[in-house]
Amino acid sequence: MSVNYGSKRVVTGAHYGLRDWLAQRITAGLMALFTLIVLLQVVFTSGPLGYEGWASIFAPQWMKALTFAMFLALTYHVWVGIRDIWMDYVKPAAVRLVLHVFTMVWLLSCLGWAVQVLWRI
Amino acid sequence: MSELSRQRPQFRNINAFKDLTTYRLPAAGWVSILHRISGALMFVLLPLIVWLFDTSVSSEISYERFSSAFSAGIGFVPGWLFKLVVLAIIWAYLHHLIAGVRHLYMDARHAVTKQFGKSSAIATLVLSIGLTVVLGAKLFGLY
Repeated sequence: MSVNYGSKRVVTGAHYGLRDWLAQRITAGLMALFTLIVLLQVVFTSGPLGYEGWASIFAPQWMKALTFAMFLALTYHVWVGIRDIWMDYVKPAAVRLVLHVFTMVWLLSCLGWAVQVLWRI
Repeated sequence: MSELSRQRPQFRNINAFKDLTTYRLPAAGWVSILHRISGALMFVLLPLIVWLFDTSVSSEISYERFSSAFSAGIGFVPGWLFKLVVLAIIWAYLHHLIAGVRHLYMDARHAVTKQFGKSSAIATLVLSIGLTVVLGAKLFGLY
C-alpha cells in the first residue's frame, strides 16, 4: 500500500470518506420510506388484494416516479455494500476488478428489467 | 502491568472451521455479520425478486404464473422449496431493514453505549426472527 502510483496504483477502491457513508444512509432511508408506503396501501386495501389491487398501487405517475427513484437508490446502495464485501475478502486486484465488473453488470441488468416492468403497468 | 503483559492468544491466520466456531460472538456481532449475509443473499437473489415483481404486476395471466409458482412450483422447483426461498428473502429483508434502522438510530442519537449496543442487537434479532416466523406461517398456510 505504500506505493500507490504508476503501475503500483490500487485501481479498485472506494472513496474512503463521507460520501459513500452518507449515500448508504440516504438510499436506505428512501427504501424504508418506499416500504412503508407500499405496506400501508396493502394494509388499507379493503377485501382481498388480488391482481387488481396490487397492480393499482403502482399505477399512478407519482408512484412510478417514486418507485423509479427507489430502484436507483437500491442499485447504488447494493453497489456500495457488495463492493465493501469484495474489498474486505478479495485481495488480488485482478480478481476484485472482475468481481466489480460482474457486480455492475448484474445490478444494471436487474435495474433495466425492473424499470421496463414498472412502465408496463 | 501483569494484566497487560499476560500472554494472549494470537489469531494471525484464522481457520474458518477451527477458530470461528469457538469464537463467542456477542449479539451485536451476530447482527453485524447477519446484516452482511442478508445483504449478500438479496444481491444474489435480485433477479428472482425482479421476476416476482414482474409476474405479480404485469398482467392477470402473469399473476397466475406468479401464484402458481407458490402453490404448484415452477420448472423443477417444487412449491414448498419456492416458498422457502421466498421466506429467505423475507428474513433477509426484515433483518437488513431492522438492523439498518438500528444503525440510523445510533448515528442520529449517538447511542453508542455498550448497554444500548447489546439491548438493541437483541431487539433486532428477536423482531426480525419473530416477524419471519409469523410471515412464514402465513406463507405456508398455517393460519
